[in-house]
This record gives sequence, C-alpha cells and structure tokens, in this order.
Amino acid sequence: MTVSEITLPTQPMRSQGYWSNVWRKLLRDRVSVACMIVLAVIILSAIFAPLLTSYDPAIGSVVQRLKPPLTDGYILGTDELGRDMLTRLLYGGRMSLIMGILPVLLALLIGGTLGTVAGFVGGWTNTIIMRATDVVFAFPSILLAVAIAGALGSGLLNALIALTVVLIPPMVRVTESATTQVRSLDFVEAARASGAGGLTIIRVHILGNILAPIVVYATSLLSVAIIMSAGLSFIGLGTKPPTPEWGLMLNTLRSAIYSQPLIAALPGVFIFAVSLSFNLLSDGLRSAMDMS
Amino acid sequence: MLGYILKRLLYAVPVTLAVSIICFSLVQLAPGDPLTVVLPADASQEIVDQTRARYGLDKPLPTQYLLWLSNVLQGDLGTSIASGRSVSSEIGHAIGYTLSVAVLACLLALVAGLALGLVAGYTMGSPMDKIASATAISGVSVPHYWLGIVLVVFFSVKLGWFPAMGAGRSGQSLGDALSFMILPVLTMAAMPAGIITRSVRALVAEKLGQEFVTALRAKGMTSPHIFAHVVKNAAPTALAVIGVQMGYLMAGSILVETVFAWPGTGLLLNNAILTRDIPLLQGTILVLALIFVALNLIVDILQPLFDPRIQRA
Repeated sequence: MTVSEITLPTQPMRSQGYWSNVWRKLLRDRVSVACMIVLAVIILSAIFAPLLTSYDPAIGSVVQRLKPPLTDGYILGTDELGRDMLTRLLYGGRMSLIMGILPVLLALLIGGTLGTVAGFVGGWTNTIIMRATDVVFAFPSILLAVAIAGALGSGLLNALIALTVVLIPPMVRVTESATTQVRSLDFVEAARASGAGGLTIIRVHILGNILAPIVVYATSLLSVAIIMSAGLSFIGLGTKPPTPEWGLMLNTLRSAIYSQPLIAALPGVFIFAVSLSFNLLSDGLRSAMDMS
Repeated sequence: MLGYILKRLLYAVPVTLAVSIICFSLVQLAPGDPLTVVLPADASQEIVDQTRARYGLDKPLPTQYLLWLSNVLQGDLGTSIASGRSVSSEIGHAIGYTLSVAVLACLLALVAGLALGLVAGYTMGSPMDKIASATAISGVSVPHYWLGIVLVVFFSVKLGWFPAMGAGRSGQSLGDALSFMILPVLTMAAMPAGIITRSVRALVAEKLGQEFVTALRAKGMTSPHIFAHVVKNAAPTALAVIGVQMGYLMAGSILVETVFAWPGTGLLLNNAILTRDIPLLQGTILVLALIFVALNLIVDILQPLFDPRIQRA
C-alpha cells in the first residue's frame, strides 16, 4: 500500500530561501492549492462545528427519519435515526480526522526515532530494529490492524494502538535509509573530526537534513491512515455509536441504501475528499522539494 | 539462480515463524480468560482446572506456543467458539470465495493498470495523461468500502443490473455466479489498478528517456517495436506490484466482503470480531498472513526470471 523509499532533495535544505522557494513552487501548483483549501475547509468546519449548526449530533427525532437533502431545516437531509446529516458530518470530521492524523504523528515520532537510531548507530542495533520491522511488514497493514484491534476489542484507544503499530514500520524504513545516506556524507565526518558528540550530530546534521523529507513522506501516510481508521469503525472496531464518525456513519446508514442512497453514500465523500487531498498534496510537496 | 532461490526460501523461514508467534500472541492480547467462553459461569474449580489442563493452558507460554504450532502444522487451527466447527474447515469453505474475487480483481487491475500506465507514460503531460493519472490517484485514494456502496447504489439500486449482496445459491449457472462477483471485483480492483498505473507510467517515462530507446530509434526501429521493448521492460514491475497487491487484496477483503456480504474470509473475520470468536480470528489471520508471505516469496523468486538484472541480494 505504501512505497517505503524516499529520495533526499538534491539541493542543501539549509540554504537561504529554500523553504520560501518550496512554498512559492507549491502555491504555483493549482492542484496543491486546491487540496490545501479543501483540507482547510474540512478541518476548520470540524473544529468550529458548534458554531455552524444548531442541531445536536446525537439527538434526532423519529418522525424526521431519512428526510432527503434540502428538506426544510435539513440541508443534507437526516439519517436513519432522524439526526441532521450536515451536523453529524461536521462533528464526524473531528473523530475521523483525529483518528487519521494522530496515529501518523505517533508513528512519525516512534518510527522516526527508531529509524534514526538504527541508521546512526548501525551494527547490532540496526539489525535488531530492522528485522523486527521486517516481521511487521510480513503482514498486510489492514490485516494486522484488524487483528490487533479485533483481539484487543473495539474501542478508540485500541484502534489507535492498532493503527500506530501498523504505521511505524514504513516510518522506520524510510528514516533508516535516509539516515544511512546522510551519515556517510563528508560534513558528518567533518563534524565528528571537529569533536561534535553523537547527539549533536544527530540533532544538527542528521535531523536537519532528513526531517523535512520524512515529514513529507508522513503526509502520504495520512491518506492511508484516514481510510484505515474509518475502515476500522466501519466494521465496528473503533468509534462507537452514537458518536458521529464518517466510517461508522457509512456502516449504520447501510440500511438506508435503498430508500435514501444519496445520504447513505454521503459520509464516504468526505473520507475520499480528505484522502485524495492528502495524496495529491504529498505529490505536490515532493515535486516542489525536488524529491520525485 | 538456484542459490538465489534457496537464499529467499531460507529467509522466509524466520519470517514465517515470526508471523506464527504474532498470531499466537493475539490470544494473549485478548482481554479476559480464554476459558470463560467455553465454560459455564458456575463451573466448579475442579472442572476449570481440568479444562485448563486439557487445552494446555496450565503450561508456560513457550510450551503453549509449541503445542499450538504442532497442531497448526497438522492442519488443526482449533475450534470456532461461535459455530463449534473446526476453524480450518470454516476457512477452507470461505477461502475459495475470497481467492476467486481476488484473482479476478488482480487480472482486471493488471490489464487496466498496464493500459492506463502505458498511455499516460507515452503521452506524458497531455490531456490523456492527465485523465489517466487522475483516475489512478482516485483509485489509490478511494476508500474501497465506500466505492462498493456507491457501486451498489448505482448498479443494483438504480439500474438493477447486478445483485447487491451475497454469492447466490449453490448449483446456479456460471453466469449467475459471475453476476454476484462483478461488483466486488470492480471494487477490489480500483486500488491495485491505480498503483500499477502510477508505477508503469513512471517506468515508461523513465525507459523512453533512456539510451537504449534512443539507440533503437537510431538503428531505425519503428515505434511499434520500440513499444514492445518498453512493455517488456515494464512488465516485471507490473507483475511484482500485482503479486504483492494480490496479498493485500485477500487481506483487505474484510471491508469489501462486509459491504457485499460476500461469504469469504473477510466476512469470517468480521463475524469473528462481532462474536469475539478469538480462535476463528487467530486462524483466519494466520492463513491470510501466510498467503501474503508466500506471495511475496513467489514474486521474489519469479522476478529474476523476467528481469535477470535483479539477481542480487
């Protein structure tokens, strides 16, 4: 599902104006700009959901069940329990986005640390960390996530653990290969010769050069993570009703697939939009940073 | 060549063992005493101890693992708590359904991905390329369980062309059986088709810029022949991608099979999760993971046959 190799940028990142250059290139790419706008709108509307709607996402009225979109008072209609769809989609974004983004951040932190240590220290440390990574790679990611979450039982924390465990190995591989590339460069040798300690070299020379490409790589994982976390909720391993979440909404609305197909498919549009935007933005960032 | 194959086979042994250890520990991960599901709540201490001994649960974990492993090697994956049938027969019944959909989805993805990728790579930057690339990234980004729902809404609810759920009755005609498979296959093919398109596109663009193509052109070779060379160069990558994707498809089918109530291993997993049937969960995960390991191994072994340059590592 994921490609675990990155190319380091060809020009030095510390050079003056590098980031403003990347930003300028990104702003010139219409697709990337569109993605940033879509993501900003979805994220902001999830954060400010209470200001945008007067309905309660958990309370509905039975007489108003499955009203079609544009019904009086319900812009996007109502769900199978008569709750306002727009409200639930806005609030649902909170859980879906958190459960998609948080595992990637945790994996970036844990996997990045393990990968840097493996690449910098080398030897047995490297062998142990990388072989352990291989074992997790022996499982298709969604299967391992289902296995862990399925064994631990449903619940948000268990889903979070499952997703993080699955996302750590690609982060370790990418960080390790980038660290190994940088470690053998002349300026690291020079720093060591002039008496710099290991931690200083990691902080200044290694992280200074690999952090940005690795964060860009992590953005491509965001797309996978959003799909997987909503997928876990879809099969009942994650968010529990009545909390709104896009994957869970897709599942509970399956009963409405014949009566209100448009409403039944609506939550997936948001998962797709977010996942597509993260993927395209990651592509755009890569080419803006000369990493493709 | 033989040395390479042996090396790959040897490397697969520790990986397989590690996979089995992880699957074994799934039971340890599950909260609660595994005995509570087989015994009545008011069972006497004596019976509890007897049952514990019978299942080997009174022994230390490494011994338990070896016991479990020797059972697994004899084809005994335990007994499903929900149905009371052996896990291996449950999986044996379901895996054919998963396999047939996965194989068809892979074939479809291979054909569609190669075609789109070649078109996009050859016409880099043109509107054709833009359309093919947009299709590909949509395929990679789409939540397939949602795509399944959309296809059901469109083809089953609106048009009434294909059945929305299940696999039909036994003894039905081949045409009927296929009509149940079309929507799951389309759904499952989207992601691998997108991935293959993207890798073939990049590969074709790279090959076209390479010296051997320039040399062929200079020697006066016509475009169709050059095209054949490029396809020959792109095929191993597409095959490697599809091999790995096949494993992802079989494992990832849990979501798609839930949408279509397709009676494969995915639905089995889903039921195991709903009923907290840990032996069934463990056995199914183990079988699917082993298939994934085997497919990766086959890809590794086959690839040098198509592309002799890979004979390294």
